[in-house]
Amino acid sequence: MIPPNFEYFAPNTLGDAVSLLERYGEDAKILAGGQSLIPLMKLRLASPRFIVDLNQIQGLEYVRESDSYLRIGALTRVTDLEASEMVRKKYPVIYDVAAHIADPLVRNMGTVGGNIAHGDPANDLPAVMLALNAEFIAISPTGERTIKAEEFFIDSFTTALKPSEVLTEARVAMPPARSGGAYLKLEKRVGDFAIAGVATQLTVDGRGVCERVGIGLTSAGPTPLKPKKAEESLRGKKPDDSAIKRTADLAADNANPRSDLRGPAEYKREMFRVLTIRALRNALSRVSGGS
Amino acid sequence: MSMTKMHIRVNVNGVEREGDVQARLLLVHFIREVLGLTGTHIGCDTSNCGACTVVLGGKAVKSCTLFAVQANGKKLLTVEGLAKEGKLHPIQEGFWEKHGLQCGFCTPGMIMAAYHLLQKNPNPTEEEIRRGISGNLCRCTGYVKIVESVQYAAEKMRVQEAQVAAR
Repeated sequence: MIPPNFEYFAPNTLGDAVSLLERYGEDAKILAGGQSLIPLMKLRLASPRFIVDLNQIQGLEYVRESDSYLRIGALTRVTDLEASEMVRKKYPVIYDVAAHIADPLVRNMGTVGGNIAHGDPANDLPAVMLALNAEFIAISPTGERTIKAEEFFIDSFTTALKPSEVLTEARVAMPPARSGGAYLKLEKRVGDFAIAGVATQLTVDGRGVCERVGIGLTSAGPTPLKPKKAEESLRGKKPDDSAIKRTADLAADNANPRSDLRGPAEYKREMFRVLTIRALRNALSRVSGGS
Repeated sequence: MSMTKMHIRVNVNGVEREGDVQARLLLVHFIREVLGLTGTHIGCDTSNCGACTVVLGGKAVKSCTLFAVQANGKKLLTVEGLAKEGKLHPIQEGFWEKHGLQCGFCTPGMIMAAYHLLQKNPNPTEEEIRRGISGNLCRCTGYVKIVESVQYAAEKMRVQEAQVAAR
């Protein structure tokens, strides 16, 4: 399959990239890892007239902690998240998701920024970003702004980014002590999109009460979903079996999956319930030092 | 819209190659049709099967899911670049010795994925091998023989490394 023709630009600076995006507006598409865009172009589901390839821009591939944030550059390959010892030790929910996005070959190209900014509700990173209450930094010809993950995902394949904006960084506040998280993904086969995916992130205080609760759902409707009632129901409570079950029931109620080849909506909703229970338990075991 | 061709330069298996390409030309088509290296296969053309796997800039990627222009200025290794002086690479030898192929269609991609895996992890467990080749589909073997082939290659490459180090 041959993608439609386009004019190709590979700017060396972010400034040049956003100028091109401003000039061509909706006719331009950003190429980061290309692992979603190129398949869509082959199927003629996307036919951008202009492509702005970000890969010649230096300084957008990094995973580091600074100023009390974990900062991930938008061009960071998923494989580099997966390989980071720091991520594995301190942000297990991010390690989990990195190891389950598509397959190793796709992860070698696919980027963190692309996985998020594509706005696909079946992509895995957005749910994790919602559970972690992440923030995204975007640059445009008029400057930089910070967008909360919660306010970023507007509709399927539609985000808060303007046509002339580039996502440059995802950042997550460093979790306090006694925190843990997990991402669980149910897939038909390796490399497929999730039938259902659940991200959890918990902080438990000295008395065993959940101080912070973050949950995010993949493939749960037109956008990645943050089930707030579910989060709320566990906050300030001890995560015993009945509290966990109630939280999972609320998350499943909040999910709005569609029946398709990956299964009927009813089945998927049940999977959200089961996966939420398991992901909360995994997160708790990691709070107390498990892996 | 400008249909001008772009000039690209890629180091392919150690040799500088150049060509004029349309921006939309996929890397796999550049490799097969412009360079004439048909060892890299097109299986699904939908980013699923991994038959088109090559090593670009040191990483195994699906060449059907990249534009040729993205390879400009980079080093590209295809299955044709593995054998040296008429001698099979240990991974190729492993597939030969352990019967890691039946129809052979997925083999170039499997070998290139295994190549990158063993660069990163010279002593992988069976599970790590299975994970490492999880982006490559084989419809004949059931993977058992492929895993054994990669284990054979890993062992052989470790022995070679040790011999080089001992010199």
